[in-house]
Amino acid sequence: MRNIVFVIAWLWASVLGAAELEDRQMFHGEDGVTLRVLSSTDTDIFAPILEGFIARNPSVSLDYAVAGSADIVTLIAECGDCFDVVISSAMDLQLKLANDGLARRLDGLAQGGSQWRQSVFGFTLEPATVVLNRAAFEGRALPTTRQALIEALRADPEHFRGRLGTYDVRLSGLGYLFATQDARASETFWRLMEVFGNLDARLYCCSGDMIDDLASGELFVAYNVLGSYASTRPETLDKVTIITPQDFATTMMRTALVLESTAIGDEAEALVAYLTSGAWAAQDRPGFPLPSIGQAEVPGLNVVSLDPGLLVYLDRLKRALFLEAWSSALLR
Amino acid sequence: MLAVLFYLVVRTYAQQIAQQSQDRILEASLTSLMDAAVVREGAVEVDVPYAAFAMLDTAADDRVFYAVHQGEALLTGYDGLVDGPFEPAARPAFQTQAFGEAEVRVASLTQSLPASPAPVLLTVSVAQTRDSLAGTLLAISVNAALFGGAFFLLAAGMALWTSRSTVRPLSQMAEAVARRGPRDLRPVVRPVPTELSPLVTSLNSLMTRLSASLTQSETFIAEAAHRVRTPLATVRTHAEATLMRVDKDENRAALRSMIRAIDESSRAAGQLLDHAMVTFRGDQMEQRPVDLVAVCRELVDRLTPVAEMKDLVLVLVAKGPVEVQGDPILIQNAVRNLIDNALKYSPPDGAVRIEVGADPVAIVVCDEGAGFPVGQMAELSQRFQRGVNAGDTVGSGLGLTIAQDVAEAHGGRLELSNADGGGACATLYL
Repeated sequence: MRNIVFVIAWLWASVLGAAELEDRQMFHGEDGVTLRVLSSTDTDIFAPILEGFIARNPSVSLDYAVAGSADIVTLIAECGDCFDVVISSAMDLQLKLANDGLARRLDGLAQGGSQWRQSVFGFTLEPATVVLNRAAFEGRALPTTRQALIEALRADPEHFRGRLGTYDVRLSGLGYLFATQDARASETFWRLMEVFGNLDARLYCCSGDMIDDLASGELFVAYNVLGSYASTRPETLDKVTIITPQDFATTMMRTALVLESTAIGDEAEALVAYLTSGAWAAQDRPGFPLPSIGQAEVPGLNVVSLDPGLLVYLDRLKRALFLEAWSSALLR
Repeated sequence: MLAVLFYLVVRTYAQQIAQQSQDRILEASLTSLMDAAVVREGAVEVDVPYAAFAMLDTAADDRVFYAVHQGEALLTGYDGLVDGPFEPAARPAFQTQAFGEAEVRVASLTQSLPASPAPVLLTVSVAQTRDSLAGTLLAISVNAALFGGAFFLLAAGMALWTSRSTVRPLSQMAEAVARRGPRDLRPVVRPVPTELSPLVTSLNSLMTRLSASLTQSETFIAEAAHRVRTPLATVRTHAEATLMRVDKDENRAALRSMIRAIDESSRAAGQLLDHAMVTFRGDQMEQRPVDLVAVCRELVDRLTPVAEMKDLVLVLVAKGPVEVQGDPILIQNAVRNLIDNALKYSPPDGAVRIEVGADPVAIVVCDEGAGFPVGQMAELSQRFQRGVNAGDTVGSGLGLTIAQDVAEAHGGRLELSNADGGGACATLYL
C-alpha cells in the first residue's frame, strides 16, 4: 500500500518538484508529549485554534508544520511517521489517504456527511469566493455570478488585462479541488477560464498571495479564493470585496485525520475531537476567520461531499485530461 | 431445530443477495469505466466519469480501489490489485481477495479495444471493501435470529395447544364411556375430531356387536324358559291327576315332592322370562303415567287366591292414586315379584302388607317371616343369590334382581330392611 501511495506521490512530486515545508512552529504546553501536525492552513490563521487546544490539554505541545495541500501527500509518502495529525483543505487528497489505509479509525467523533469512514473529519465549511479590488470596481457594478463576471471582463478587457488571478491547479491541491468541482457543476467555469486565459491571468500557489496582491492593487479580480483568508487581515478588508457567487458556491470542508502510524493516538484523537466539537469557534475573538461546520449553514452552498467520487480527479489519466483542458483554456 | 435451520437458510440467502447487489454495483462502475476508455493516436485515454466511483459510496464508507491495465502494464490506479495475464471476456469476473490489510471484492473486465495498427487489450478492475456488506449481513442475521426464535416459540406454543385440544375430546370421551351404566351399550355420538373418528367408529361397532350378542343370549334364555314352562305345566297336571288316584302314602309323598320340584322349575322359568323382559324393556322403556295404587290393587286381586291357599292375607294400604311416569308392565312385574317373595317366606295365617307412599314415591312390601339375613342384604338383589335362611322354600333368586332392575330403569332403587317386630320389608323407590 505504501508503495502505491509512493508511486502516486512520486507522480505528484515530478510535477511539483521537491515538496518542502513552508513554515514550522512550536506551540508549547507544559512539556510532555509533542503532537506533530502537518497542515495546509497558514499558522497565523490556525494559531488561535492551537492555543485553544493547548489551554484545554496543557500536557500536549504542538509542532505545527505548514505545507501546500499537494505537498502534504508527498511529505507523508516520504516520511509517514514524521507526523501524527494531518489537516488539509484538499478533501480529495485527505479522502485518498484514508482510502489507502493511512488514516486511523476514530469512532464516535462525528456522524453523517461531515466524516468518511470515521477517519476523515470535516470541521469547517468554507466557500470558494471571488475577491475584488474595491478601487478597480469604482463606479462599476459588482458581479455576483460567474456569468456577470464574464460579462464585466468582456466589457472592458484592457482594464482587467494582467489583473486577474486564480490558483495554479498544477501546484495547489485546493485549487485543483475547486477547479474540478466547478467543472463538474457547470460549463460556465470553462468559459470563465477562457476569458481569464485571454486576459493573461496570473497563477498563484496560495490564497494568501492572491489576497496580498489584491490589497496592493496588483490584482483586480481573484477567482476561487478562500474568503476566510481575506477576513484574517483587517487591514486588507477595506480594500477588497468578498463575493460568494450566487449561481453556485463550491464549498469545501477543512478536514483532519490521524495517521495510522502515530504513536500517540490518544492525544492525536483529542486534537481531532477538539476540531470537530466546534468548541474553538465559540471563542470570543473578533475577526476569527474559520467558519465552523457546526455554525448555521448558509443556504445555497454547494458542499463537496466526502465520498469515493473524490478519487476520480486524482486518477492519473483523468488528471492529465483535466490539466490539458485547463492549460488549453488558461495558458495561451 | 427448524428455527436454527431457518436462521442458516436466511443467512446464506442474505449473504448471496448482499454479495450479488455489491457485484451489480461493481459491475456498473466497471462498465462506466470501460465505456470511458478510448484509444486516441495510439494512447489509451480513460476519462473516468465522476459517477463511476461516487456510486460506490456505501453506508459504511467502504474503501474503493481500481486499476487500469493496458496489456500487462498498469496504466493508472493501484498496483498489485490484479495480476495478469489478462484474457478478453464478455462478462466481468468477480472474486474476493486480500488487498493490503483489507479484504476486498474485485470485479475485473478485459476487453479488446479496436485501434490501429493492432487492437489494444484493456483490463479494468474495480474493488471495494466489504464493511457495508458485513454490516448488512449482521443486521439480517440478527433479524433472522430473532425471527427464528419467535418462530420456534410460536411453533412450540401451537404444538402444545394442538396436542392439548386433540387429547381433550379423547379424555372427555373416555370419561363419558366410564360414566355409563353396565347395560348402556348405545353408540357414542359425542362429536370428536376427524382423527379420532376411526377409534369411535370401531368402539361403536364393538358396542353394537356386544349389544347384539347380549340381546341374543337374553332372547335365548327367554325362549328356553318359555319352552320349558309349557311342558312343565303338562307334567304338573298329570302329576296332580295321578296324586288323586294313588292311595299309598309313600307314593303320594313322592308325587308331592315331584309337584314341588315342578313348581320350582316352572317358577324359575317364569322369573327368567320376567328377567329377560325387564332387561329388554329397560333398554327401550315406555314412559307414560302410571297409577301405582291401581297397579297394586290389580295385583292384590290377582294374587289373593294364591295367598288364601297358604292362609295368608294381602293388605293394601294406600290413600289416593299415586301417579308416576314409567312403564306399567315393568312396575307390575317388580311388585308381583316382591309380593311373591313375601308370600313364600311368610308363615301361615300371617299378613303381607303392601303400602303405596306418595312422598317419596315408593311401594313397600312387608311380610311377617324370618326377615332378611343381616349382613347379606347387599348381595341379595344379585342374580341367583338366595338368602342363607331360605331353607327349602321354592325360589330361583331372581325376584329381588328383577325388582332392582326395574327400580334402576326408572331412576330409583330397591331397599331391603327388617321390620322391628320381625318380618322383611322391601321398598321400591321410583
